[in-house]
Amino acid sequence: MIKMLSGNEAVARGMWEASVGVASAYPGTPSTEILENYAISPNVYAEWAPNEKVAVDVAIGAAYAGRRGMAVMKHVGLNVAADSFMYASMTGLEAGLVIVTADDPAMHSSQNEQDNRTFAKFGRVPCLEPSDSQEAKDMVAAAFELSERFDTPVLLRLTTRICHSMSAVELGERVELPAEVKPFPRNPAKYVMVPGNAVKRHPVIEQRMKDVAAFAETFPFNRLEAGGRALGIVTCGVAYQYAKEIFPNASILRLGMTWPLPEKMIRKFAKSVKRLIVIEELDPFLEEAIRLMGIPCEGKSIFPITGEFDPRVVRESAVRAGLLPASASVPLPDLDPGPLPGRPPVLCPGCPHRPTFYILNKLKVPVNGDIGCYTLGLIPPLSAIHTCGCMGAGIGVAHGAAQAGSPERHVAVIGDSTFFHSGIPPLVNAVYNNSPIVTVILDNRVTGMTGHQENPGTGRTLLGKETVRIELEPLVRACGVKHVQTVPAYNVKAIEKALKEYVKLDEPSVLIVVEPCALLPEARKRWVPLEVLADQCNGCTLCFRIGCPAILKSEELDEKTQRPKALIDAGMCTGCEVCAQVCPRQAITFRPVKVEAGE
Amino acid sequence: MMNTSINFLLAGVGGQGTILASDVLVNVGLAAGYQAKQAEVHGMSQRGGSVTSHVRWGKVVYSPIIGAGEVDVLLAFEQLEALRSLGTLRPGALAVVNAQVIKPLTVITGGQVYPGDEAVRQAFAKVTHQVEFVDGEQIAGSLGNLRAANIVLLGALSALLERGQAAGPGLTAEVWLKVITERVPAKHVELNRRAFQAGREALHK
Repeated sequence: MIKMLSGNEAVARGMWEASVGVASAYPGTPSTEILENYAISPNVYAEWAPNEKVAVDVAIGAAYAGRRGMAVMKHVGLNVAADSFMYASMTGLEAGLVIVTADDPAMHSSQNEQDNRTFAKFGRVPCLEPSDSQEAKDMVAAAFELSERFDTPVLLRLTTRICHSMSAVELGERVELPAEVKPFPRNPAKYVMVPGNAVKRHPVIEQRMKDVAAFAETFPFNRLEAGGRALGIVTCGVAYQYAKEIFPNASILRLGMTWPLPEKMIRKFAKSVKRLIVIEELDPFLEEAIRLMGIPCEGKSIFPITGEFDPRVVRESAVRAGLLPASASVPLPDLDPGPLPGRPPVLCPGCPHRPTFYILNKLKVPVNGDIGCYTLGLIPPLSAIHTCGCMGAGIGVAHGAAQAGSPERHVAVIGDSTFFHSGIPPLVNAVYNNSPIVTVILDNRVTGMTGHQENPGTGRTLLGKETVRIELEPLVRACGVKHVQTVPAYNVKAIEKALKEYVKLDEPSVLIVVEPCALLPEARKRWVPLEVLADQCNGCTLCFRIGCPAILKSEELDEKTQRPKALIDAGMCTGCEVCAQVCPRQAITFRPVKVEAGE
Repeated sequence: MMNTSINFLLAGVGGQGTILASDVLVNVGLAAGYQAKQAEVHGMSQRGGSVTSHVRWGKVVYSPIIGAGEVDVLLAFEQLEALRSLGTLRPGALAVVNAQVIKPLTVITGGQVYPGDEAVRQAFAKVTHQVEFVDGEQIAGSLGNLRAANIVLLGALSALLERGQAAGPGLTAEVWLKVITERVPAKHVELNRRAFQAGREALHK
């Protein structure tokens, strides 16, 4: 049966066909849909872990116990999980262990575009890279077979254009594995990495990589497509598709395993062509390895090291390098539409994060932010995020700045899911080493940015089961924070009062701001659009300062001020009443009282 | 227009239904006997930002994305986004542009200027004359559901492809309707069938 599947859906299908026993992940674009799709397959166990390191440990535990284990994450998740990734390489396992890294060339939704193939080399772990959805599915099974045959974790590296592109996939059958679970291994020489054991394991894994490299010579996903002898192209991943499109007559060596490399195959290929080039996105990973073999080749001298490729990038780079005639270049339309207004992503209408940023902006404090929807608090007119580097960074950065003597009170802003991910240790640190920072936890009971995934505060698991809902206030108190309070997110005055009080303290404090995401199905049922009473509005523009996309400028000008009055887009307004609260002239209606009473 | 492959660019604003429309489009290509691929980016774009999606049909399709200058057909859900995509079109490309205007915050509070209807039309005229402006929102509204505007636009696109003889004889309205029916909730099938037909008629007028 043939089906159109995204790369992520295809990986999920491949996991099901490969009978993965335990799959664990933390959501992150572009990887999120892998576990979401796997979780709705029959007879599977899949879970959201609070972070990627936990997910990898969980998958390792399953693989030690003799069941196929899989952990899924975006590229930067592997930074969080690196410690676990490295020890799993040292110990090996009893059943297959595959770790998916979804890299994001061009940073469509990420803070960097690191190339995680380097992790494979660094960790002595084989790396597989599919070029379309069919291979994304098929390589899951291939990765598990490789893992079990060579006693190694395997890194399955995807990129955004593989994850989020759809192409036809021929589905396969599920390979049923024995249901019984063996007794857990008691093999400390292999599984307890104290120095005495680790010293003996290191030569084992170096030999393992030599064995895998020998296997790579006949690995069917390393594929030679013979063409003309003038040009030979070594390529991998989605870049293979661009190579095929732009160089239909070239000889191509498509590497499905990009670490370790099949040296004999590459050497033979290089000898068979006059000029050898490497087409790969991001780092010159293959290029450098091939040069180290003593084989001359060109790569990053022709193609960019930054961003992602597309057929145009490959073609125009090739024209500049003389690989294609100038006539091959595709001209762009000659037009200048002038500077167009940008359309950056914004906090949605009714977003419960908005009032907090409105107040932080008003207080003019330095704000150390974190990763999530609320990073959008940086966008004008809210303009209230001043740093954001990675998951869980904000609280530590605020503490460090405070200890450095930064003259203002620092506020760290973090979401509930990110707090569970990596916000707890830095909060413990701020308490332990006592700094007067204010931490605001924006608790919308869900992982918002990636599309409403459950988290430990949601009360439901990925498989839809009811579970314990971990409450933040007792957790924060248990971390030793003395000044803690929880306020409703749409109450502008309550947030202002609490923050004004906390920035005066000389001890760490935590403000928890609670309201479910306005886009959750339950919240949508409560939407009631508000209205501007045009007679009362004098165009003072205060309501524009909350940066709500549902508040527009009316065509009508106020007679005295000659400024446009406010207008609410009823199709977008959720009725959160934040604008009504900040309006000094009661010109914006509140919700009808009976709706409030019915809640 | 090439008959061996067609490159579609869909451009809109988060929440307008571009993803469903591109899902329909890629499957219509498959049903019409082409190889087909589709590519989009999720994530930040869903928070009211610009959204683009690429769909390619062909005898053989390698790349899932289209390089600038090689878009054969533009389906734009919003005028500013249509203008933003203009530089990626091949000269003489077909285009269906939804007449809807969604002003971004950079215009509402940032003081930037949203281009007028005339400026949009003049800019298009420099690249192609095969552009159709359709009021998808108004048509969908008259059918009782604004959210069906994306299917109205697909209807208009189907008529434009037939007029331009761009996609071969296998691509009938029935093929489109079958794919749409498979992809929308059962209770909305009738609405979406009417939306598709209304979009076709809008172009025939």
